[in-house]
Amino acid sequence: MSETHGYSTHIISALVTNTPGVLARIAGLFSSRGYNIDSLAVGETENPDMSRMTIAVHGDEAVLEQIRKQLSKLIDVIKVQDFLGREYVQRDLMLVKVSAPAAKRNEIFELTKVFEGKIVDISATHVVVEITGPEIKIDAFIDLMKPYGIREVVRAGRIAMLRGVREAK
Amino acid sequence: MKKRGAQVLVEELKHLGVDAMFGIPGGMVIPFFDALYDSGLRLILTRHEQGAAHMADGFSRATGRVGVCVATSGPGATNLVTGIATANFDSVPIVAITGQVKSSAIGNDAFQEVDITGITRPISKHNYLVRDPKNLARTLHEAFHIASTGRPGPVLIDVPVDIFTAEIETDGPGKVEVNLPGYRPKRDGNVRQIRLAAEAINAAEKPIIYAGGGVIISGASDLLAELAHTANVPVTTTLLGLGCFPETDPLALKMLGMHGTVYANYAIQNSDLIIAVGARFDDRVTGKIDTFAPHAKIIHIDIDPASISKSIRVDVPVVGDAKHILEELLRHVKPVDRSPWLAQIAEWKKKHPLVYDRTCVDGIMPQYVIEQICAATKGEAVIVTEVGQHQMWTAQWYTHTKPRHFISSGGLGTMGFGFPAAIGAQIGRPEAIVFDISGDGSFQMNIQELATIAANKVPVKIAILNNGFLGMVRQWQQLFYKKRYSGTVLKGNPDFVKVAEAYGVKGMRVTRPEEVRSALDEAIAHPGPVLMDFIICPEENVFPMVPAGEAIDRMIGGMA
Repeated sequence: MSETHGYSTHIISALVTNTPGVLARIAGLFSSRGYNIDSLAVGETENPDMSRMTIAVHGDEAVLEQIRKQLSKLIDVIKVQDFLGREYVQRDLMLVKVSAPAAKRNEIFELTKVFEGKIVDISATHVVVEITGPEIKIDAFIDLMKPYGIREVVRAGRIAMLRGVREAK
Repeated sequence: MKKRGAQVLVEELKHLGVDAMFGIPGGMVIPFFDALYDSGLRLILTRHEQGAAHMADGFSRATGRVGVCVATSGPGATNLVTGIATANFDSVPIVAITGQVKSSAIGNDAFQEVDITGITRPISKHNYLVRDPKNLARTLHEAFHIASTGRPGPVLIDVPVDIFTAEIETDGPGKVEVNLPGYRPKRDGNVRQIRLAAEAINAAEKPIIYAGGGVIISGASDLLAELAHTANVPVTTTLLGLGCFPETDPLALKMLGMHGTVYANYAIQNSDLIIAVGARFDDRVTGKIDTFAPHAKIIHIDIDPASISKSIRVDVPVVGDAKHILEELLRHVKPVDRSPWLAQIAEWKKKHPLVYDRTCVDGIMPQYVIEQICAATKGEAVIVTEVGQHQMWTAQWYTHTKPRHFISSGGLGTMGFGFPAAIGAQIGRPEAIVFDISGDGSFQMNIQELATIAANKVPVKIAILNNGFLGMVRQWQQLFYKKRYSGTVLKGNPDFVKVAEAYGVKGMRVTRPEEVRSALDEAIAHPGPVLMDFIICPEENVFPMVPAGEAIDRMIGGMA
């Protein structure tokens, strides 16, 4: 079962050289050509000379084709892979700071448990919860926390990886 | 052996075959200019960095080699921007070297600091900021490789002044390896796709070749002619494709699009197959996109995969170098009799030739000047234009027969391009007769380069078609804005002949049609540069014309 359910967007994974300016080049490409970027995550790969960018985008097939081609044209981009129609896992990461007076803490702990989240910080009045998973799960958790009072939400760009042994290289 | 960075750069440039470059010094490139001083590498000192960039561009378009320009940091670098964008749009390989403030000062708003790699990122094929002196030589070689291969384009190298002065260990020039894992331009087309293309051509009843600048860049003109003749397919070209197929050939339909010939546009609209080679379905070619060639299947041969199916859905894409693809394609294409189609086209040609009113008494007809330039040079000159009406008249009325003999800013449409580009073309091809065909508006955008031709004795022939207007905009205002000539009347024009003479350049004014040819002959015979000021009919228009947003067979004006 692929975990693509609940995502309306489309994942493109780009292997890029780890050079200064490469992020600006890609961000600039998206803004100058008017592509809609939903999220972008960048990190070094096992090879320190290369980084992997996971780009979540939306658009029709013609736009996505242009995005793939325009990305591939960049000299710093080594390989572009489109996850459309492939089996892959993907994760969002969120930290959420929720108002949690002693009386409410247990409820929040229970919900966190159900969502397989983690309490990563507790103070007298607040807790910080870490949730990973698909977007739909993270959105659901936010909805559940709203009644308690959300102080702050920080979400990281989505990362994704093909299932099985086929690497995105 | 240790050498200073500037020295290394100059030696590598020479190793790469550079014998001339264009530019202006400034604080951050003094070490580089010092290394140039006794290097034997010719520096053409321009009067504005924009001129330097266009000269490198014109040099490249005329010769097929990489053009090189150099500027200092800050304003020197920003003045190159229009030239870089022009080259980028038209796929011209130039390398621009800019000085930068010293590495430790970058980001501190130092004097004459500008983030030129940031500025040129969307308008160059690639760019570099050199951070480590030991990468300098490799970076230059990569820049040349990237600029000149695949779909060519400009590459900028930004060099902080401390990199120019750093001592670098070197074994001599050319000892570096290019390492570009993300850059592998495709040369050969997919064989299966080429077969599909051949089948489509063999099966078509009303095919047409639509050839662009890529044919010239690839050096595929002869193969294109072979394809046309083998398969009996008529050929229309884009503005940048002019000269890739001789217009003297019976299969030639001249240029298509907004100011193309009626018969080329009719042929496209009625075709059942378009064979696009090195062209990109630009909006000036297609007109209203959803009315373009409604019955045609489309084969698109292009080296840039991103050009394929960008604006027009393509049926048979073939990615690769036009020359290699056409070679392979020719093995599968069969001679087919297409007399009904060719007869139809002949009828359109007869019914709708290019025309102009030869009876104007208000001055010289600009089209006549272009015809006479073609006659006086036997069609063998390198013709460079600026942008506007004169550019379109030149495209229409000069008989283009050879690749790399027509140079113009197509994609970006840069006024002020032609004069410096003509200088670059002349430097690259000293034996050629080079014309800059200009308007009085365009010419004033880089008029300062008169000093460059005077100082370097560059024998460019400048033909200004002087109508006292920014003519193309005026034409639109006449046709679509009730003759409200807002901002298009060029009051304050100088006496161009006197301006030329002030620089020591021969100047001539031509006011009557019967003087045109003798003036041209005199200018061509003159060994040095000449400026000819042709006073033309002020409100003459470029026809035929497809109004913006119309289908390309809905042309107005110029119908015989």
